[in-house]
Amino acid sequence: MAILTYLEAIRQGIWEEMERDASVFLLGEDIAAYGGAFKVTAGLLERFGDERVIDTPISESAIVGAAVGAALMGMRPVAEMQFMDFISCGFDQIVNMAAKIHYRWGARVPLVIRGPAGAGVHGGPFHSQSNEMWFVHTPGLKVVVPATAYDAKGLIKASIRDDNPVIFFEHKYLYRRVKDEVPEEDYVVPLGKAAVRREGSDLAIITYGAMVRTALEAAGQLMTEGISVEVVDLRTLLPYDEQCILASVRKCSKVMLLHEDTRIGGMAGELAAMITEKAFEDLDGPVVRVTAPDTPVPFSPPLEDYFLPGVQKVVEAARKLAAY
Amino acid sequence: METARGASPLAKSRTDRKKTPGPDPQLLERMLYYLKLTREAESRIEQVLYRQGKIVGGVYVGRGQEAIGVGSAIQLVEGDVVLPSHRDFSCFLIRGFTLRQILCNWMGRANGPTRGRDNTLHIGDVNRGVIPIISHLGDTCPVACGVAMVLKRRGKNNVALVHFGEGTSSRGDVHEAMNMAGVMKLPVIFICNNNAYAYSTPTSKQYAVKDLAVRGAAYGMPGIVVDGNDILAVFSVVAEAIARGRRGEGPSFIECKTFRMSGHSAHDAAEYVPHELFEQWKQKDPIARFEKFLLAKRFLTEKQIERLGAEVTEQVDDAVAYAESSPLPEGASAAEGVYCGPDCWWKESSR
Ligand SMILES: Cc1ncc(C[n+]2csc(CCOP(=O)(O)OP(=O)(O)O)c2C)c(N)n1
Ligand SMILES: [Mg+2]
Repeated sequence: MAILTYLEAIRQGIWEEMERDASVFLLGEDIAAYGGAFKVTAGLLERFGDERVIDTPISESAIVGAAVGAALMGMRPVAEMQFMDFISCGFDQIVNMAAKIHYRWGARVPLVIRGPAGAGVHGGPFHSQSNEMWFVHTPGLKVVVPATAYDAKGLIKASIRDDNPVIFFEHKYLYRRVKDEVPEEDYVVPLGKAAVRREGSDLAIITYGAMVRTALEAAGQLMTEGISVEVVDLRTLLPYDEQCILASVRKCSKVMLLHEDTRIGGMAGELAAMITEKAFEDLDGPVVRVTAPDTPVPFSPPLEDYFLPGVQKVVEAARKLAAY
Repeated sequence: METARGASPLAKSRTDRKKTPGPDPQLLERMLYYLKLTREAESRIEQVLYRQGKIVGGVYVGRGQEAIGVGSAIQLVEGDVVLPSHRDFSCFLIRGFTLRQILCNWMGRANGPTRGRDNTLHIGDVNRGVIPIISHLGDTCPVACGVAMVLKRRGKNNVALVHFGEGTSSRGDVHEAMNMAGVMKLPVIFICNNNAYAYSTPTSKQYAVKDLAVRGAAYGMPGIVVDGNDILAVFSVVAEAIARGRRGEGPSFIECKTFRMSGHSAHDAAEYVPHELFEQWKQKDPIARFEKFLLAKRFLTEKQIERLGAEVTEQVDDAVAYAESSPLPEGASAAEGVYCGPDCWWKESSR
């Protein structure tokens, strides 16, 4: 098995889907000859040609709208947002056009909108957002957030094959920092299924994206203090894997919800409500959230460090919860 | 599309006419000063501070395009508003931000205008009539319309200038704004710096017309093409557009043909740009051209130009040293200032 970066794994996943299905094509800004701002699509133009790897003008609304039109005509477009922050410029086409078509008149809209999200690279307020919840609050969409290279490949392939509009959040901090063994053969990681990344018994950390690494590091540190932590990686936020979450809650009886996104209206709030509705009797302590504060993502390194939930914050909150 | 000629720093001003007839040499010198200061500051940022890791994140410069920012913003008067693009460093200087403030912002310092919250030229001050971009391209064009609505109502003949790239002109927001400005006859000057590339994308993949300026007609306003590397030409078409705006005749669209003499940002080697293009456009460098003109017409001497060069180098040295010795913000201050309120954190310290 080859060791691939998270970024290479996404590229390989797209590549394989383009090989096996002629209806898959790519569109976006600077994705063809240039290979994309982060080079995710490098080499695809040379292999698949300019009818399947299409550079567009700077027109996010037209990119998404055109993807919808092509999807309705039987294609499987994969649209890149140069940064997921700019997805807001195509918002209407996503949340009103793409998301509601199947419910209204039954047509399939198999498309993927993908791109880099997240902070940690000093990108400032407009190149760092974790804006997944804009879409988790829109019935009709699926929202995917890979944390490992293996999953990045398996999830992009599953997203491309899905018959619904999928918003695929790649974490730019992980692009070249995360490496895994990634099988060269065809496999998918099914949408809607979480993964237990580490088994534990005292408390469960439920998280996703770049925070999976943070949680695992914290769990390692907590182990030396005698606290056994289970780490659950959601992988898909919409629909999310209720069963897997509840199993970990029941096993550990204490739960921490962790995300890089801001607090109010974040995924943690939704999960806290679901857990108290469905597993109240199993809880031995308050459901704890560790998140970014409710501010834009600041630029200057000390501010960004403060903004991001780090290992230390997780460890401290876990100690308190374990002692509860 | 038209090619309009308006006022020029070479025209005889009314006061001049009484005294010695002739152009305004002081204005010409100020223009050269801002061109050179911008070039020097941006070079330092891109080629020194970024490479030394002292500036982090995205770094965009307007090398080769300085005549557009200077030739337009230099004409603004009290009450006018400018909304510069990410390549219009000079506009901030012209409207009174100090180089120290600007460098502090680039370096994420606590005493920069955004106090480390945002980077690069995302620096605003309504009192100075500067409204900065957000990264989302084109978003300032509709904002310029709102600014202009108020300027019009105030009745002081003020105008709004909004700068953006040719790639940005593909955004719906730009089209909505141009249409609204046309319908409402708003005093907005839309200045498109057409530098041949939008990141790696050449104009042939961006739009299907020869000149973007034809779009002016579609929105009921003059559309003018100008050589963006000729500061006097930029000055005169912008002067005419501003005059129209001040007379209440509505918006204008100006397409400045220029070239991006850098990568898209400091990390981009721009290998997709044919090398000859850089060579060709180097010959049209707006600063060298303007200096040649000033020397030929004896507005300035070699010596004076040299002195100006030394002066701007000194100012950049000073600003860099100042910014480097300025403190980074306290981490916990990130939580402050999201909302405006009675105990607003922004009001507490002077800006
Ligand atoms: C809405 C939006 N889409 C994409 C980007 C990414 N991006 C930043 S600058 C740029 C190119 C801009 O080209 P142009 O408008 O010609 O301005 P230039 O940089 O050439 O001055 C792109 C695609 C963005 N900032 N905003
Ligand atoms: Mg451009």
